[in-house]
Amino acid sequence: MSALTTPARWERFVWPLLTATCFLSVWHVLVRWSGTTVFPAPIDVERGLRELLGRGVLWAYVGDSLRRVAVGFTVAVLFGIPLGLTLGWYSGAAQVVNPLIQILRPISPIAWIPLAIVWFGIGDAAAMFLIFLGAFFPITVTAMNGVRSIPSMFRQSGRNFGLTPAQLLARIVFPATLPQIIVGLRIALGIAWLVVVAAEMIAVDSGLGYLVIDARNSGKRYDLVVAAMLMIGLIGFVLDRGFRRLETLKSIRWGFRDA
Amino acid sequence: MAIAPFAHPRGLEIKLRATGVSMTFHRDGAMTKVLDDVGIEAREGEFVCLLGPSGCGKSTLLNILAGFLKPTAGQVLIDGQLVQGPDPRRIFVFQERGVFPWLTVEGNVGFGLFKRPREERERLIAKYIKLVGLQGFEKAYPMELSGGMKQRLEVARALAVNPDMLLLDEPFGALDSITRLLMRVELLRIWEAEKKTIVFVTHDIDEAIQLADRVMVMSARPARIQRVVDIDISHPRDISSPRYLELRDGIFEQIGLAHKV
Repeated sequence: MSALTTPARWERFVWPLLTATCFLSVWHVLVRWSGTTVFPAPIDVERGLRELLGRGVLWAYVGDSLRRVAVGFTVAVLFGIPLGLTLGWYSGAAQVVNPLIQILRPISPIAWIPLAIVWFGIGDAAAMFLIFLGAFFPITVTAMNGVRSIPSMFRQSGRNFGLTPAQLLARIVFPATLPQIIVGLRIALGIAWLVVVAAEMIAVDSGLGYLVIDARNSGKRYDLVVAAMLMIGLIGFVLDRGFRRLETLKSIRWGFRDA
Repeated sequence: MAIAPFAHPRGLEIKLRATGVSMTFHRDGAMTKVLDDVGIEAREGEFVCLLGPSGCGKSTLLNILAGFLKPTAGQVLIDGQLVQGPDPRRIFVFQERGVFPWLTVEGNVGFGLFKRPREERERLIAKYIKLVGLQGFEKAYPMELSGGMKQRLEVARALAVNPDMLLLDEPFGALDSITRLLMRVELLRIWEAEKKTIVFVTHDIDEAIQLADRVMVMSARPARIQRVVDIDISHPRDISSPRYLELRDGIFEQIGLAHKV
């Protein structure tokens, strides 16, 4: 399997499967070898997962987490993309707003939890607000930088063909920025998925984040803790995979190549 | 200011007249004079080359003709009207990567046709894809095309809106020498078919003599028009004919290059 040859079809499944098997084996052996009763072995986690499925909470919790991410993320997209495009286009506006964005951006959404609860109370709205915050800044900043890096000849061409400013935005600026916007969205969704877990530990009583903290607090069920973690990882992986598929669309892929 | 004597080979009307065009850029407190009192003319349907050394300001002049830049002094008249901004009647073709990578070949060619009814748009797209020889690549994206094909695509996109003028900024500069030669033949064929006025910027003396009706030789910065050379050889041009070599030697001398390596 050299770096220069594309892996064969079977390799793309077999190697990851082998890695997973090794990981689970080492995990199993370490748990048995150390004789721990707190930390679960893979088999315990599997039993935990089945228990959650049996109680009917697993899919309900997954659904709750996904719903919160969907709402917070969508609102961030609806505000972030137009704002980013505007700031990229009007450098004057960027000079006014950008310092504020750059100061707010490094603040972890977790730090906003107390304020979120003050403003929105305990519940869905507070969690969604935190997800919105986590996703909003990367979306805005990548859209802004994307517009700034559009080669000037694309704008000139657009003006040359007689486009109005609105048409220029829709037919040049947006498609020329789309590859970077997609990257921004993927990063933002990753952050949103991190934030929802933290938000659910504090602000609500459902979802995968709640499951983690609840499993620990009510009876130290570490098998369920790890089962929830596993679900979080799997779903995060699937979401990221979905976005990577978008990046291979031909009208977008040009942005990821040198040529 | 040197304006060519009016020995009109085609005897047609003046399409473009730029007079007293100067351009000074202010950058970091320093002033750079790029164009100094430049005057050029192009007649209806004429093929004019702006020839000069790299960085002499010929692209700046072309940007002024297109209306992308406003000159510090002087004016540009096209059909007797003052140029005040870009206009679909004269389309600028860039050196490379001017095509929109997010659109297919069809999408690029049809880009400027958004005001036309659908059937006309499709007819024009097909016509110009055929004219530049890109049939079979209608659904392809620019990243799937070679450099020469991308350049032909950009020419097709420009022609599709039926402009009176094409302004080409070293359009074949990024191509390999064989492709460049083929592209010149293609461009002349298209020019014959479409009868557009063409202003073509190049630093390649052979390219200028092979293509142009008249070559405007520009000096180094700040650029002036040093001399206007009528290329009085009919197409297709024999690039080893005595007249060709004579013209070539004359321009080499004008630019101050000894043509020995």
